[in-house]
Amino acid sequence: MAGSARLEYLLRLGDNALILSQRLGEWCGKGPALEEDMALTNTALDLLGQARLWLSLAAEEAGDGADEDTLAYLRDDRAFRNLLLVEQPNGGYADTLVRQFLFDAWASLALRQLLGSSDAAIAAIAEKAIKEVSYHLRRSSDLVVRLGDGTARSRALLQAALDTLWPYHHELFTGDAVDAEMLARGIGFDPASLRDAWLSYVRDVLAEATLTVPSAGGWAPKGGKQGLHSEHLGKLLAEMQVLPRSHPGARW
Amino acid sequence: MKNEWPLWEVFIRSQHGLAHRHVGSLHAPDATMAINNARDVYTRRNEGTSIWVVKSVDITASHPDDKAELFDPAQSKVYRHPTFFPMPDDVKGL
Repeated sequence: MAGSARLEYLLRLGDNALILSQRLGEWCGKGPALEEDMALTNTALDLLGQARLWLSLAAEEAGDGADEDTLAYLRDDRAFRNLLLVEQPNGGYADTLVRQFLFDAWASLALRQLLGSSDAAIAAIAEKAIKEVSYHLRRSSDLVVRLGDGTARSRALLQAALDTLWPYHHELFTGDAVDAEMLARGIGFDPASLRDAWLSYVRDVLAEATLTVPSAGGWAPKGGKQGLHSEHLGKLLAEMQVLPRSHPGARW
Repeated sequence: MKNEWPLWEVFIRSQHGLAHRHVGSLHAPDATMAINNARDVYTRRNEGTSIWVVKSVDITASHPDDKAELFDPAQSKVYRHPTFFPMPDDVKGL
Protein backbone atom coordinates (compact mmCIF):
# COMPACT_ATOMS: atom_id res chain seq x y z
CA MET A 1 0.00 0.00 0.00
CA ALA A 2 1.88 3.02 -1.25
CA GLY A 3 -0.22 6.08 -0.52
CA SER A 4 0.54 9.71 0.08
CA ALA A 5 2.63 10.64 3.09
CA ARG A 6 -0.50 12.12 4.71
CA LEU A 7 -2.33 8.81 4.25
CA GLU A 8 0.57 6.91 5.80
CA TYR A 9 0.63 9.37 8.68
CA LEU A 10 -3.09 9.05 9.38
CA LEU A 11 -2.88 5.26 9.23
CA ARG A 12 -0.08 5.31 11.80
CA LEU A 13 -2.13 7.44 14.16
CA GLY A 14 -5.28 5.41 13.62
CA ASP A 15 -3.64 1.99 13.79
CA ASN A 16 -1.88 2.77 17.08
CA ALA A 17 -5.24 3.56 18.64
CA LEU A 18 -7.08 0.67 16.96
CA ILE A 19 -4.60 -2.07 17.81
CA LEU A 20 -4.11 -0.96 21.41
CA SER A 21 -7.87 -0.73 21.78
CA GLN A 22 -8.28 -4.29 20.51
CA ARG A 23 -5.60 -5.51 22.92
CA LEU A 24 -7.29 -3.82 25.88
CA GLY A 25 -10.63 -5.23 24.78
CA GLU A 26 -9.19 -8.70 25.33
CA TRP A 27 -9.34 -7.93 29.06
CA CYS A 28 -13.10 -7.40 28.99
CA GLY A 29 -14.62 -9.55 31.73
CA LYS A 30 -11.21 -10.73 32.95
CA GLY A 31 -9.83 -7.68 34.81
CA PRO A 32 -8.32 -8.23 38.25
CA ALA A 33 -11.20 -6.31 39.85
CA LEU A 34 -14.50 -5.01 38.50
CA GLU A 35 -13.23 -1.43 38.75
CA GLU A 36 -10.06 -2.24 36.79
CA ASP A 37 -12.04 -4.17 34.20
CA MET A 38 -14.23 -1.13 33.57
CA ALA A 39 -11.26 1.23 33.50
CA LEU A 40 -9.41 -0.88 30.93
CA THR A 41 -12.40 -1.20 28.66
CA ASN A 42 -13.18 2.51 29.02
CA THR A 43 -9.67 3.19 27.79
CA ALA A 44 -10.23 0.71 24.97
CA LEU A 45 -13.40 2.55 23.94
CA ASP A 46 -11.67 5.95 24.08
CA LEU A 47 -8.96 4.62 21.78
CA LEU A 48 -11.50 3.02 19.47
CA GLY A 49 -13.24 6.38 19.14
CA GLN A 50 -9.92 8.00 18.25
CA ALA A 51 -9.15 5.23 15.77
CA ARG A 52 -12.47 5.83 14.01
CA LEU A 53 -11.70 9.53 13.61
CA TRP A 54 -8.18 8.95 12.30
CA LEU A 55 -9.20 6.12 9.97
CA SER A 56 -12.20 8.02 8.61
CA LEU A 57 -9.85 10.83 7.72
CA ALA A 58 -7.41 8.32 6.24
CA ALA A 59 -10.23 6.82 4.15
CA GLU A 60 -11.05 10.30 2.80
CA GLU A 61 -7.41 10.76 1.89
CA ALA A 62 -7.24 7.31 0.23
CA GLY A 63 -10.43 8.09 -1.68
CA ASP A 64 -10.69 4.70 -3.38
CA GLY A 65 -14.03 3.77 -1.82
CA ALA A 66 -12.34 2.99 1.48
CA ASP A 67 -14.04 3.78 4.76
CA GLU A 68 -13.10 3.34 8.42
CA ASP A 69 -14.43 -0.23 8.38
CA THR A 70 -12.63 -1.43 5.25
CA LEU A 71 -9.42 0.04 6.67
CA ALA A 72 -9.90 -1.69 10.01
CA TYR A 73 -11.23 -5.01 8.80
CA LEU A 74 -9.95 -5.66 5.30
CA ARG A 75 -6.26 -4.80 5.47
CA ASP A 76 -3.61 -7.47 6.01
CA ASP A 77 -0.93 -7.12 8.66
CA ARG A 78 1.64 -5.69 6.25
CA ALA A 79 -0.71 -2.78 5.57
CA PHE A 80 -0.99 -1.86 9.24
CA ARG A 81 1.20 1.03 10.40
CA ASN A 82 1.04 0.80 14.19
CA LEU A 83 4.05 0.84 16.50
CA LEU A 84 5.33 -2.57 17.56
CA LEU A 85 4.75 -1.61 21.21
CA VAL A 86 0.95 -1.57 20.96
CA GLU A 87 0.65 -4.99 19.32
CA GLN A 88 2.63 -6.76 22.05
CA PRO A 89 0.52 -9.37 23.86
CA ASN A 90 -1.31 -8.44 27.05
CA GLY A 91 0.70 -10.88 29.17
CA GLY A 92 -0.23 -10.34 32.80
CA TYR A 93 -1.77 -7.23 34.27
CA ALA A 94 1.68 -5.75 34.91
CA ASP A 95 2.64 -6.15 31.24
CA THR A 96 -0.58 -4.51 30.06
CA LEU A 97 -0.10 -1.68 32.53
CA VAL A 98 3.52 -0.95 31.59
CA ARG A 99 2.71 -1.07 27.86
CA GLN A 100 -0.10 1.41 28.49
CA PHE A 101 2.10 3.69 30.56
CA LEU A 102 4.89 3.82 27.97
CA PHE A 103 2.35 4.48 25.21
CA ASP A 104 0.29 7.06 27.13
CA ALA A 105 3.40 9.07 27.98
CA TRP A 106 4.29 9.16 24.27
CA ALA A 107 0.74 9.74 22.98
CA SER A 108 0.21 12.68 25.29
CA LEU A 109 3.36 14.37 23.92
CA ALA A 110 2.58 13.44 20.31
CA LEU A 111 -0.99 14.75 20.44
CA ARG A 112 0.22 17.97 22.05
CA GLN A 113 2.47 18.48 19.02
CA LEU A 114 -0.42 17.77 16.66
CA LEU A 115 -2.57 20.45 18.34
CA GLY A 116 -0.46 22.93 16.41
CA SER A 117 -0.69 21.07 13.11
CA SER A 118 -1.26 23.15 10.00
CA ASP A 119 -3.80 20.47 9.01
CA ALA A 120 -7.04 21.61 10.66
CA ALA A 121 -8.65 18.15 10.65
CA ILE A 122 -5.65 16.59 12.36
CA ALA A 123 -5.47 19.37 14.95
CA ALA A 124 -9.18 18.93 15.70
CA ILE A 125 -8.87 15.18 16.32
CA ALA A 126 -5.80 15.77 18.49
CA GLU A 127 -7.75 18.27 20.55
CA LYS A 128 -10.48 15.75 21.26
CA ALA A 129 -8.05 12.90 21.92
CA ILE A 130 -5.70 14.77 24.23
CA LYS A 131 -8.30 15.01 27.01
CA GLU A 132 -8.83 11.26 26.95
CA VAL A 133 -5.14 10.47 26.76
CA SER A 134 -4.32 12.87 29.61
CA TYR A 135 -6.62 10.84 31.82
CA HIS A 136 -5.15 7.54 30.56
CA LEU A 137 -1.69 8.80 31.45
CA ARG A 138 -2.75 10.00 34.87
CA ARG A 139 -4.26 6.62 35.58
CA SER A 140 -1.46 4.45 34.22
CA SER A 141 1.20 6.57 35.97
CA ASP A 142 -0.68 6.31 39.25
CA LEU A 143 -0.91 2.52 38.99
CA VAL A 144 2.74 2.14 38.00
CA VAL A 145 3.74 4.04 41.15
CA ARG A 146 1.36 2.06 43.35
CA LEU A 147 2.40 -1.35 42.08
CA GLY A 148 6.07 -0.53 41.61
CA ASP A 149 6.27 0.87 45.14
CA GLY A 150 3.94 -1.87 46.35
CA THR A 151 4.70 -5.38 47.51
CA ALA A 152 7.88 -7.26 46.60
CA ARG A 153 5.82 -9.34 44.20
CA SER A 154 4.06 -6.45 42.45
CA ARG A 155 7.39 -4.65 42.14
CA ALA A 156 9.07 -7.70 40.59
CA LEU A 157 6.21 -8.15 38.11
CA LEU A 158 6.36 -4.51 37.03
CA GLN A 159 10.13 -4.51 36.70
CA ALA A 160 10.00 -7.67 34.56
CA ALA A 161 7.34 -6.10 32.33
CA LEU A 162 9.41 -2.93 32.00
CA ASP A 163 12.54 -4.87 31.07
CA THR A 164 10.60 -6.84 28.43
CA LEU A 165 8.84 -3.86 26.84
CA TRP A 166 11.60 -1.28 27.11
CA PRO A 167 13.29 -2.11 23.76
CA TYR A 168 10.06 -1.18 21.95
CA HIS A 169 10.24 2.44 23.10
CA HIS A 170 12.99 3.22 20.59
CA GLU A 171 10.56 3.00 17.70
CA LEU A 172 8.44 5.79 19.19
CA PHE A 173 11.28 8.21 18.46
CA THR A 174 12.57 6.89 15.16
CA GLY A 175 11.52 9.01 12.20
CA ASP A 176 11.50 8.17 8.50
CA ALA A 177 10.74 9.91 5.19
CA VAL A 178 7.04 10.16 6.02
CA ASP A 179 7.79 11.93 9.31
CA ALA A 180 10.23 14.25 7.54
CA GLU A 181 7.64 15.24 4.92
CA MET A 182 4.93 15.81 7.52
CA LEU A 183 7.32 17.96 9.53
CA ALA A 184 8.32 19.97 6.45
CA ARG A 185 4.66 20.63 5.60
CA GLY A 186 3.90 21.75 9.18
CA ILE A 187 1.48 18.86 9.62
CA GLY A 188 3.49 16.62 11.91
CA PHE A 189 6.44 16.62 14.28
CA ASP A 190 9.92 15.17 14.48
CA PRO A 191 9.61 11.93 16.53
CA ALA A 192 13.15 12.29 17.90
CA SER A 193 12.26 15.68 19.39
CA LEU A 194 9.90 14.02 21.88
CA ARG A 195 12.51 11.67 23.33
CA ASP A 196 13.94 13.94 26.05
CA ALA A 197 10.56 15.01 27.40
CA TRP A 198 9.32 11.41 27.32
CA LEU A 199 12.41 10.05 29.08
CA SER A 200 12.28 12.75 31.70
CA TYR A 201 8.61 12.04 32.51
CA VAL A 202 9.01 8.27 32.44
CA ARG A 203 12.14 8.42 34.62
CA ASP A 204 10.36 10.55 37.22
CA VAL A 205 7.43 8.14 37.47
CA LEU A 206 9.68 5.08 37.54
CA ALA A 207 11.82 6.66 40.26
CA GLU A 208 8.74 7.29 42.36
CA ALA A 209 7.74 3.68 41.68
CA THR A 210 11.19 2.52 42.88
CA LEU A 211 11.67 0.77 39.52
CA THR A 212 14.96 0.66 37.66
CA VAL A 213 15.12 2.27 34.23
CA PRO A 214 16.60 -0.36 31.87
CA SER A 215 20.01 0.57 30.51
CA ALA A 216 20.25 2.55 27.29
CA GLY A 217 21.23 0.90 24.04
CA GLY A 218 20.66 -2.75 23.26
CA TRP A 219 18.04 -4.30 21.03
CA ALA A 220 15.86 -1.70 19.31
CA PRO A 221 13.19 -3.45 17.24
CA LYS A 222 11.43 -1.25 14.69
CA GLY A 223 9.48 -1.48 11.46
CA GLY A 224 5.88 -1.35 12.68
CA LYS A 225 5.36 2.10 11.19
CA GLN A 226 6.46 0.70 7.83
CA GLY A 227 4.29 -2.43 8.05
CA LEU A 228 6.86 -4.93 9.30
CA HIS A 229 5.25 -6.43 12.37
CA SER A 230 5.86 -9.08 14.98
CA GLU A 231 4.04 -12.40 14.71
CA HIS A 232 1.56 -11.18 17.34
CA LEU A 233 -0.24 -8.76 15.05
CA GLY A 234 -1.42 -11.49 12.65
CA LYS A 235 -3.17 -13.35 15.43
CA LEU A 236 -4.74 -10.18 16.77
CA LEU A 237 -6.06 -9.30 13.30
CA ALA A 238 -7.39 -12.82 12.76
CA GLU A 239 -9.62 -12.40 15.78
CA MET A 240 -10.53 -8.77 15.09
CA GLN A 241 -11.33 -9.29 11.42
CA VAL A 242 -12.92 -12.75 11.34
CA LEU A 243 -16.53 -11.58 11.30
CA PRO A 244 -16.45 -9.03 8.48
CA ARG A 245 -14.19 -11.33 6.46
CA SER A 246 -16.38 -14.44 6.89
CA HIS A 247 -19.63 -12.54 6.42
CA PRO A 248 -18.90 -9.61 4.10
CA GLY A 249 -21.41 -6.80 4.54
CA ALA A 250 -22.92 -8.38 7.68
CA ARG A 251 -25.17 -5.97 9.59
CA TRP A 252 -26.73 -5.97 13.03
CA MET B 1 -7.00 -8.88 46.38
CA LYS B 2 -10.32 -7.15 46.17
CA ASN B 3 -11.33 -8.31 49.64
CA GLU B 4 -8.53 -6.19 51.07
CA TRP B 5 -9.85 -2.99 49.47
CA PRO B 6 -12.27 -0.97 51.59
CA LEU B 7 -15.71 -0.04 50.32
CA TRP B 8 -16.45 3.56 49.26
CA GLU B 9 -19.75 5.32 48.66
CA VAL B 10 -19.88 7.46 45.55
CA PHE B 11 -21.76 10.72 45.10
CA ILE B 12 -22.06 12.45 41.74
CA ARG B 13 -23.24 15.95 40.95
CA SER B 14 -24.91 15.85 37.58
CA GLN B 15 -25.20 19.59 36.87
CA HIS B 16 -24.06 22.78 38.45
CA GLY B 17 -26.49 23.86 41.10
CA LEU B 18 -27.80 20.40 41.87
CA ALA B 19 -26.68 18.49 44.92
CA HIS B 20 -24.40 15.46 44.81
CA ARG B 21 -26.47 12.29 44.71
CA HIS B 22 -25.55 8.87 45.96
CA VAL B 23 -25.08 6.64 42.92
CA GLY B 24 -23.56 3.48 44.37
CA SER B 25 -20.41 2.07 45.86
CA LEU B 26 -17.09 0.56 44.82
CA HIS B 27 -13.85 -0.88 46.17
CA ALA B 28 -10.56 1.02 46.15
CA PRO B 29 -7.38 1.06 48.24
CA ASP B 30 -7.48 4.81 48.90
CA ALA B 31 -9.31 8.04 48.12
CA THR B 32 -7.38 8.89 44.95
CA MET B 33 -8.12 5.55 43.38
CA ALA B 34 -11.69 5.69 44.61
CA ILE B 35 -12.12 8.93 42.63
CA ASN B 36 -10.50 7.38 39.56
CA ASN B 37 -12.59 4.24 39.85
CA ALA B 38 -15.75 6.27 40.40
CA ARG B 39 -14.98 8.21 37.23
CA ASP B 40 -14.58 4.94 35.33
CA VAL B 41 -17.56 3.13 36.80
CA TYR B 42 -20.15 5.86 37.33
CA THR B 43 -19.54 8.69 34.83
CA ARG B 44 -19.26 6.72 31.60
CA ARG B 45 -22.45 8.18 30.17
CA ASN B 46 -21.70 11.81 30.75
CA GLU B 47 -23.38 11.93 34.16
CA GLY B 48 -21.01 14.02 36.14
CA THR B 49 -19.51 17.42 36.85
CA SER B 50 -18.18 16.52 40.31
CA ILE B 51 -17.45 13.39 42.33
CA TRP B 52 -17.39 12.84 46.09
CA VAL B 53 -16.25 9.60 47.66
CA VAL B 54 -16.43 8.67 51.31
CA LYS B 55 -15.46 5.46 53.05
CA SER B 56 -18.56 3.46 53.81
CA VAL B 57 -17.37 2.84 57.38
CA ASP B 58 -17.27 6.60 57.97
CA ILE B 59 -20.99 6.94 57.42
CA THR B 60 -23.09 6.91 60.57
CA ALA B 61 -26.62 5.72 59.88
CA SER B 62 -29.80 5.93 61.89
CA HIS B 63 -30.91 2.64 63.38
CA PRO B 64 -33.94 0.95 61.81
CA ASP B 65 -35.35 0.27 65.28
CA ASP B 66 -35.56 4.02 65.88
CA LYS B 67 -37.89 4.58 62.96
CA ALA B 68 -40.99 5.11 65.04
CA GLU B 69 -39.63 7.81 67.31
CA LEU B 70 -37.58 9.53 64.61
CA PHE B 71 -40.09 9.71 61.79
CA ASP B 72 -43.62 9.01 62.93
CA PRO B 73 -44.05 12.33 64.80
CA ALA B 74 -43.68 14.21 61.48
CA GLN B 75 -46.64 12.44 59.92
CA SER B 76 -49.38 14.53 61.48
CA LYS B 77 -47.80 17.91 60.75
CA VAL B 78 -49.33 18.74 57.41
CA TYR B 79 -48.73 22.48 58.04
CA ARG B 80 -44.99 21.89 57.59
CA HIS B 81 -45.43 21.11 53.89
CA PRO B 82 -45.14 24.12 51.61
CA THR B 83 -48.16 23.02 49.59
CA PHE B 84 -50.35 26.01 50.35
CA PHE B 85 -48.62 28.43 48.01
CA PRO B 86 -49.47 28.78 44.31
CA MET B 87 -46.29 28.26 42.25
CA PRO B 88 -45.71 30.41 39.15
CA ASP B 89 -45.45 28.18 36.07
CA ASP B 90 -42.16 29.77 35.04
CA VAL B 91 -40.30 28.66 38.16
CA LYS B 92 -38.22 25.63 37.23
CA GLY B 93 -36.31 23.12 39.25
CA LEU B 94 -38.69 22.88 42.20
